[in-house]
Amino acid sequence: MATVAETTNVWANELLLNGCQAVAQGVKLANVDVIAAYPIRPYTEVMDQLSKLIADGEFDSEYIVADSEHSQFEIVKHASSVGARAFGGSSGTGWMYGFEALVVAATDRLPPLFVVGNRALDDPGAFGVEHNDALALRDMGWLLCWASTAQEALEHVLIGYRIAEDNRVLMPMALAMDGAFLTHSQHMIKVPTQEAVNTFLPPFNLGKRVLHPDNPVSIAPQVNEDWVMELRRQNWEAARRARTVIPEVYKSFNDLFGPRYANPFFDEFMCEDAEVVLVGLGAVAMPARTAVRRLREQGKKAGYVNLRWFRPFPTEQLRATLGRMKGVGIIDRNFAMGSPDNGGIVVQDIRSCLYPLTKRPVVTDFIGGLGGRDMSIADCVRMFEITFDAAAGQQRDELVTWIGLRE
Amino acid sequence: MATQLPVIDYEKIKKVHDAPLEEFYTSGHRTCQGCESAMVMRDFAKAAGPRTVVTGATGCMYVANTSYLTTPWIVPWMHTQLGAGGSSAVGMAAGLRALMRKGRIPKEKINVINFSGDLGAGDMGIGGISGALQTDYDLLVIMYDNESAANTDIQATGSTTYGAQTTFTPPGSKHRIMQRRWKKNVAAMLAVGHPTCRYVATASATFPALDFMNKTRKALSIGGPTFIHTFDPCPKGWDFHPRYAHELGELGVKSGIFPLYEIIDGQVVYTYDARQKGRIPVREYLEKQGRFAHLIDEDVDYIQSMVDTMWNEWDIPGVAPFKAGLSVAG
Repeated sequence: MATVAETTNVWANELLLNGCQAVAQGVKLANVDVIAAYPIRPYTEVMDQLSKLIADGEFDSEYIVADSEHSQFEIVKHASSVGARAFGGSSGTGWMYGFEALVVAATDRLPPLFVVGNRALDDPGAFGVEHNDALALRDMGWLLCWASTAQEALEHVLIGYRIAEDNRVLMPMALAMDGAFLTHSQHMIKVPTQEAVNTFLPPFNLGKRVLHPDNPVSIAPQVNEDWVMELRRQNWEAARRARTVIPEVYKSFNDLFGPRYANPFFDEFMCEDAEVVLVGLGAVAMPARTAVRRLREQGKKAGYVNLRWFRPFPTEQLRATLGRMKGVGIIDRNFAMGSPDNGGIVVQDIRSCLYPLTKRPVVTDFIGGLGGRDMSIADCVRMFEITFDAAAGQQRDELVTWIGLRE
Repeated sequence: MATQLPVIDYEKIKKVHDAPLEEFYTSGHRTCQGCESAMVMRDFAKAAGPRTVVTGATGCMYVANTSYLTTPWIVPWMHTQLGAGGSSAVGMAAGLRALMRKGRIPKEKINVINFSGDLGAGDMGIGGISGALQTDYDLLVIMYDNESAANTDIQATGSTTYGAQTTFTPPGSKHRIMQRRWKKNVAAMLAVGHPTCRYVATASATFPALDFMNKTRKALSIGGPTFIHTFDPCPKGWDFHPRYAHELGELGVKSGIFPLYEIIDGQVVYTYDARQKGRIPVREYLEKQGRFAHLIDEDVDYIQSMVDTMWNEWDIPGVAPFKAGLSVAG
C-alpha cells in the first residue's frame, strides 16, 4: 500500500538546521501553547529560536522567561494542568536544579515535553555531553528517549507529544540530545507541512483531570499509606501501556511520513547476521556505524544498536536482538560510581534484561566521551575489538574499560 | 500579549451580613481549632467566588486541608511544590490565556490564586513569586504566615518573630534565644522590588472584620499579578488557647508588630495606622503566647525598641526601613 508520503506532499521544505533549531521547528509545528525558558548551555538555543519565531509572528504561544529551572519546570507543569500543551527544557545542573518539579510532573500524570541538551554535571564546569542529567529520570515515571540526528529530534517532538498525551499514557516526555554533537551541528532537515502534523498530532485533551472552574477537581491531595501504593501502581501501569502505545504511534508516523522507523525502540545497523554489537545512545551512532563498516571490511560480523528509548525500556525487543549475539558492548556516556562492577548506568539495565536468557551473550562495558570528549571511529573500533576478544573467551579483569582516558 | 477579559464585578463587603453565604472552602479539612490560616482559606475562597482555580503549596494548609477523598475545596484545586507558589500561578494563568486566545476554552475572567505558607512563600519560593510579579498575568499569591513550618512540628522560618521558641529554636541553658533573626518584611520587599505590580497588601484574617476579603477582591480586580501577606496566629505553634486566636491577631496589629497596609500603584495606605491610633505595648501581645515564655524583660524591651524604631524612624513605617537625612558616602 502506498504511504501518504508517496501520494501527497507531507514535507514543506528542507532547511539547514542544528539540533536546537530542529526542535524549535517541532515545537512550532506542534502548536505549543506555553513555553517557559531559562538559559543554560547547550539546550538554550532551542529557546532563542522559539522566542524569535514568536517575535516574528510565525506561531502563537505564551513565552515566559522564568527565574530558575525550578520555576520554569513548575510553570510548564501547571500550564499542562489547565490543558495547555507545554514545553520546557534544560541541560546538566540546570536540569538537576529543577528536578523536584520533574518528579511531580510524572506523579501528577501530566504530559508536557522537555528537551534535554545533555551536558556534564558540575563540578568542575564542562559544557560537553554526558548523559547523567537525563538518565536521572529513569526511575521517575517519565518517557525518556534519545535522538541521534537533528531530523529525529524534530520528529520526536511530534512523536513525543502524541505518545505522552495519549490517555492510556499521560506521562511527561524527555527528549534528550547530545550537547554540541547534536544540539549545535547542522544538517539538512526535512520539515513536515503543518497539515501533515495536524493529521498526525491531535490537539491536547486532558479530559476529566483538567483544572478549570467547570471541572472542580482536587488534584494531588495528601494520601499517605492509605493510597500511595495504588497510585504508584497506576503510574506503573501507564509505563507498561506506553510499551504498546509507542509502536502504534510510530506506525502511524511511518504511514504518514514514509517508513522512517523500522523499529520504534532502537535502530539496528547490520545486526541481522552480526555476532558482536555495540549499544549506545545518541550521536555516537555515527562513528559507531562507520566502525561497523570498517570491521565488516575485515570480515568481522559487527553491528550497532542505536538505543532510542530508555524509558520505557524495550526489554523484550532487546532480549530478542541482543540474545542472538556472542558479545555485546555497551557504550556508557555516563558514570554510576559504586554501582555493580563499577559500570555505567545503561549496562546495568541491559545485563538485567539479558539475565533470564539461558544462552547469554558476553557483556562488556565502556565508559567514554565524558564531558564532551570526542568518541572517534578509532575509539569505536577499539571497543569492538575488546568486545570481540571477550566474546571469544578472553579473560578480563573488569567489566568496564574507560575509553579515551589519559593515564 | 495580554487578552482583555471582562472583570468580575466585585462589590466592597461593608457589613458581615453582606458577605456571600456560599462557601468554596468547606468541610473535609482537619485544621486545628482556632486556626487562623484556615480562616484565610475560607475567606479568600468566599471573596473570589466560583470562577477560580487554586494551587496550594506544600505546608500545613496542604497537609491538614486536603486528605484524599475528603477535599474541602469546592473550587478546582491542585497541590504545588513548596517553592512553586508563584510559578504554579504563572503556569495556570499562561495556560488559560493561551487556550482562550486560541479559542479552545471560552473567554472569561478566571481568578488564578496560589496560597503558600511563610516557609514556602517567604523563604524557598520568594524567587518564584518575584518572577510571577514581573509578569502581566492576572494572578494572586497569598502568603499565609503563621510564623513557622507548622505541619512539620513548628520549625522556625525567616518569618518567625525574634525570640520565639520553635523546635529549631528551643531555649536552652546556654542560649536563651535561638531565634536571633528579625522577621522578614516579605510584602514590602516584594512591593519595593516590583514597580509594575499594582497591588500588595498585608492583612489579618479577622481584624479588622471583612478587611481580608475586601483586600482579596481588590487584588483580583486591579489586574496583573498581586500579593497579599496574612498574619495568622497559630494555637499549636504559638502556644495559646484556641479561643484567643482572633484576639491575638488584633493584638499583633494594635501593638504595631505586624503593620497592616496596602500598596496600590505605589501609594501606601495604612489599614490600621498605629501612628494615629496609638500602639499598645508589645508585651501585651507577647505575654499571651507560650512561645515567648522564656523571654526576660531585656528581650521584650529589645523587641519593643525595634517596633518603636519601625513606626517612629522609618521613612515609610512598616514598609521601608530607611531613614531620611542620612548622608550618602562618597
